[in-house]
Amino acid sequence: MNQPISGDSGYYILETVEISRYFGAVAAVDGLSISIPRQGVTSIVGPNGSGKSTLINLLSGTLPLNGGMVKIDGQGLTTIHAYETPDHSITRTFQEVRLFDQVSVLDNILVVLTTRKLWPSLFERTRREHRDKAQEILEKVGMWDKRSSLAMDLSYGQRKLLEIGRAMALNVNIYLLDEPFAGLFPQMLERVKDILKGMRDEGRTIIFVSHNMDIVREMADHLIVMDGGKLLLAGAVEEVLNQPEVISAYLGS
Amino acid sequence: MVLNRPPSWQSITGLARNPRQVFALSRDNVELWANLLIITFAVVFMLWKGATFAVTLGTVFAIWAMLSVSLNLVVGFTGLLSIGHIGFFGVGAYTVAILTSTTAYENLRTGAIPTFGCPFFAALPVAAIAAGLIALLVGMAFNRFRDDIYVLVSFGFAIISFNVFLNLRVITRGAFGIHDVARPQIGSWVFDTELELMLIALVLMVIVVGISWFIVTSSFGRVLTAIREDEQVAEVFGYHASHYKLAVWVISAMMAGVAGGMFSSWTTFIDPNSFILLESVLLVSIVILGGLATIWGSLLGALAFVLLEEGMRFLPFLPQEYVGQARQVVLGVLLVLLMVFRPQGLVGRYKL
Repeated sequence: MNQPISGDSGYYILETVEISRYFGAVAAVDGLSISIPRQGVTSIVGPNGSGKSTLINLLSGTLPLNGGMVKIDGQGLTTIHAYETPDHSITRTFQEVRLFDQVSVLDNILVVLTTRKLWPSLFERTRREHRDKAQEILEKVGMWDKRSSLAMDLSYGQRKLLEIGRAMALNVNIYLLDEPFAGLFPQMLERVKDILKGMRDEGRTIIFVSHNMDIVREMADHLIVMDGGKLLLAGAVEEVLNQPEVISAYLGS
Repeated sequence: MVLNRPPSWQSITGLARNPRQVFALSRDNVELWANLLIITFAVVFMLWKGATFAVTLGTVFAIWAMLSVSLNLVVGFTGLLSIGHIGFFGVGAYTVAILTSTTAYENLRTGAIPTFGCPFFAALPVAAIAAGLIALLVGMAFNRFRDDIYVLVSFGFAIISFNVFLNLRVITRGAFGIHDVARPQIGSWVFDTELELMLIALVLMVIVVGISWFIVTSSFGRVLTAIREDEQVAEVFGYHASHYKLAVWVISAMMAGVAGGMFSSWTTFIDPNSFILLESVLLVSIVILGGLATIWGSLLGALAFVLLEEGMRFLPFLPQEYVGQARQVVLGVLLVLLMVFRPQGLVGRYKL
């Protein structure tokens, strides 16, 4: 966490090597090997149940791996604990928004900014710099005037924005966003797009899951198409979208 | 749903200009009414019954307040609904009793049980540490559980601790209890009047409340509420949730241990019946009644409970022998009403 955005120590920032995750006999992710380029926006698409969310859960340590290895910035890991992911410069959002509900909007951001060391945290109070940073984030997502309401009282779109803001508050390199554009009305959609473009321009790596091909075309540089827990195709967006397999298997006619 | 917030200064100064707002303010301010009602009742009650009574009430209040504030750290701020807290209270009480009592006791099997005769102020830190160590062991086992399962395992702890107090006669002297627990003493000054004991209890309470306040206003406290809301998300943001839960559990148990030590010195006699599961349930009721995730709520809850407990003795139509049961019934009814109409408690900041 809080590492400077590193230079180019390799083209791929995140790689998976034959990773698997089973739910009973069903393989949600089945020997998947993908590579995600450093910087820029990578989109993961695929039909429902193709393992996109499971992949995000595996990469963020929310679910344990059943097999395979994840390479983050060249460092190979066979188990990822969720509480270590900020140290690996990874954070995420959830498909169903998960905020700290009975806590104020401001505290939802502040909790991300304070120290991770247990004993020092007992003696740390909210400092000016924490508040300033939280204000900067909340203004960016347009929620500064909502700072003292409880997260549970926000509308769906606001919750979605706050969750993205909370992820932004953690200054990391890799953002895993599970359907950040789902269920937003156009104005909010533009705002989320702008925020993500801003993050991309800062040189961060954004990986997002989406079903909306127009947004994928607009936002993404790279595309990964999954089906049945396996990799179908990967590459630059236009290249992949013009492949006949994708057109027939996923996009229909 | 908006959790009630305390009235702002603007609304209070606004009253002076527009008295009609009193109706608007009071209608929405259950918190204000709860505070006023309980504190007024306490003052009136004490004036009516006199100083001696007020002093006893103060001591009982201080002990319950230490317990409920410490339990609120676990239940209200961290979201672990524990009904085993009385076990740590008991560990603290027994530690002080064993270390300070000088009464000889012969066990049929083991012969004489050694006595130590420590002063109270040396035994009290040991009581806190003993409760903390046991909490560390228990907490490591409990850490994998959450929500309703947590209630069940902490229930188990309450049962086990009672049975240990009752049956580990070599240490606790079983149902015989421990007599002559020492009163606090500095040099030749023994604190053995009710007033002095109340002052000691209140000082200990202020320390416990102060530490609790320090914890909940720190970054650590904010992480606790995050863990309460969504443990998995707190982990995604880099917090090792089980460490935080264990830390607050141990701190809370140490506070309960201090309360227990004070209790045993005040009564000078303890036996396992003071540490039954029912006491633990009453304690959880106090915490929920006052309000989860506020320290003030726990103080208010403890005060309301003590008033209820002592006040019902003076109801003319209630025979003395039914007071104990009646008080449980009243508290039970109050809890049901609260859960229906005000699930966050009187001044709570969190709903279960």
